[in-house]
Amino acid sequence: MQPTSALFRDNVTKALLDTDLQTALSRVDKNFTARRTAAVTAMPEFEALRDDAVRIKDHVLAHLDLYLEKFEEIVRTNGGHVHWAKTPEDARRIVLDLCQAAGARTVTKGKSMIAEEIALNPYLEEHGITPVETDLGEYIIQLADEPPSHIIGPAIHKTKEQVSDLFAEHHRQYGKTQRLIEGVDLVAEAREILRPRYLAADVGITGANFLIAETGSSVIVTNEGNGDLTQQLPSTHIVIASLEKIVPTLEDASTLLRVLARSATGQQMSVYTTFSTGPKRTEDPDGPNAYHVVLLDNGRSALLGSEFQEILRCIRCGACFNHCPVYASIGGHAYGWVYSGPMGAVLTPAMIGIDQAHHLPSATPFCGRCEAVCPMRIPLPKMMRHWREQAFERKLDGVRQRWAIRAWAWLAKRPALYRRMTGLVVRYLAWRGRPLGRMDDLPFARGWTATRDFPAPQGRTFSARWAQSRKAGTP
Amino acid sequence: MSVAPRVGLFVTCLVDLFRPSVGFAAVKLLEDAGCTVEVPAAQTCCGQPAYNAGDRKDARGIAIGVLKAFEGYDYVVVPSGSCAGMIKVHFERLFSDDPVHAAAARDLAARTWELTSFLADVLKVAALPARHDGTVAYHDSCSSLREMGVRNQPRALLSQVTGLTLVEVPNGEACCGFGGTFAVKYGDISGEIVRKKADSVASTGATTLVAGDLGCLFNIAGKLKRDGSAIVVRHVAEILAGMTDDPPIGEAS
Repeated sequence: MQPTSALFRDNVTKALLDTDLQTALSRVDKNFTARRTAAVTAMPEFEALRDDAVRIKDHVLAHLDLYLEKFEEIVRTNGGHVHWAKTPEDARRIVLDLCQAAGARTVTKGKSMIAEEIALNPYLEEHGITPVETDLGEYIIQLADEPPSHIIGPAIHKTKEQVSDLFAEHHRQYGKTQRLIEGVDLVAEAREILRPRYLAADVGITGANFLIAETGSSVIVTNEGNGDLTQQLPSTHIVIASLEKIVPTLEDASTLLRVLARSATGQQMSVYTTFSTGPKRTEDPDGPNAYHVVLLDNGRSALLGSEFQEILRCIRCGACFNHCPVYASIGGHAYGWVYSGPMGAVLTPAMIGIDQAHHLPSATPFCGRCEAVCPMRIPLPKMMRHWREQAFERKLDGVRQRWAIRAWAWLAKRPALYRRMTGLVVRYLAWRGRPLGRMDDLPFARGWTATRDFPAPQGRTFSARWAQSRKAGTP
Repeated sequence: MSVAPRVGLFVTCLVDLFRPSVGFAAVKLLEDAGCTVEVPAAQTCCGQPAYNAGDRKDARGIAIGVLKAFEGYDYVVVPSGSCAGMIKVHFERLFSDDPVHAAAARDLAARTWELTSFLADVLKVAALPARHDGTVAYHDSCSSLREMGVRNQPRALLSQVTGLTLVEVPNGEACCGFGGTFAVKYGDISGEIVRKKADSVASTGATTLVAGDLGCLFNIAGKLKRDGSAIVVRHVAEILAGMTDDPPIGEAS
């Protein structure tokens, strides 16, 4: 996907004016935030579990090479294959080769952000292979020809009415002429249309929530069971995952699963948690004949040892999205690339460059709620600040803003001069704001006054009044 | 305490320039609780605007000024969770490669308190003489709540005020959208966030909104007043000190 992060300001304007988007976003609170709070409150040991989860991932990141090699070895022993992809191009090529070798014409897909990261669907289509998304949200946005706007709720930006319109338009070709309104009917129709596709697919592609080194397994969690049908029915199963998905043991995976679902959807566990360990064995009644894991780096190994290493602890639960006031206002598409929300504001600049993505870590009030709810305790605001420092060094911000900050700082380091200058400005503003005690237009702060008034100062500064009162001997 | 603790008040630039009455309310609360209060003349700003803009060098320069200005006080008290958080949490990070200033920053951090938490946790203020008739909602600023661990302290203090009924703002942990320069630089996003906050505040039926941070208060008051709301907005210190003669934030005398 072509990044539009550099056009962030335009994207935001569009998003704020999009009434369907705003209606859709207003559900985030009810559907995610409240449920997470309930799930976490119901589990007294949740904080200790978070600590365990952090320890597991930090340990893995310190020994990533060893666990990856171990994983590869066990997958091979189990009869599967591991492919290493340094770049998105490498990953696309490997997947295409595997599909072509399997003689594939259609592939079913479980939900995968890595597939988005490497822009797999358009690539497969260019080469005559039809990808079919099977996660309901992904299916909806595939019909709409849009990227996901949330890592666990890809179609969260769509209202039910929009989904109804999409189904009416695209399902007509299957003889579906009745326009459906109720959610349950929409789900039933999607299921009916997808069912034969699972059986017809030559290859199933899924992502992975975790890869387990000691068993060579890939793990997916879904609430629809679509991932299971995707990976078990076709003769070839391809897993595409990034390097940092690895965990040492089955036990470690269980710990992470316990924080994942609670943080994501407020469930104790997702409805389906599926472990895939190699191709079908002779005694197995079903399963794929071939099992491939494509491991994507795409700049992640370069984050090891950097001030951004902790973002590699992310388990993609989406809690930071669901508690972010910026995401709740503009949705995911405005961020302009695959990953949005707070984790995207940290990861995207690492992948497409800070020059293109400098708005993302900059456009936040640093409210810190993302870090407070992150099950992996990732210091997201701290890392956004690192990006801001890089952006400042590279002078990516506007000249005016830069000048204002530097002028303020210059003055703040000279208390006597600061007092004289600010005293004058404050008296002028107090005079301007006197009639109402506030101003509805400030030329240098229109970003503020476009939507709210600016309260006027009281008059003389505290320091001036204090100096005077102490001289006069009255406290 | 047998000897009056010597407190250096970090006024904050917003209080100094825009709402001196908060500074005087803070002084009164501290003195009433038995502190000797001084206001070092060399203070200006905590450096947060530069720090958050990624201008680390200027932020360090300003921080060094704060370190010097507040040397030797038993406590440094700040009528803002945000500026207190800057000093307590972030100063040390600024000097990660400068051990001398890092040590001074650690020392200052250990002495620095947000005003309401200092009153409640250190001075154990348990009987405020103030009176305020009305329904009051307390807004948790993000820095107070998540950086400084301030949650129960202002509520406990407000409950000592005669005549005051305290109500909670729904979804109270959500940000008001201020975020310093964010409110101007990305004013459209900030405006949308504060719209939701103002709606939540209005839904409580409170007649007065208070908080411990002037930034949030200016933001929320600015929105409430733009919308023609009658809700009165004040810094929590003004109510606690019983100093409400000055007009509320964003209103004329």
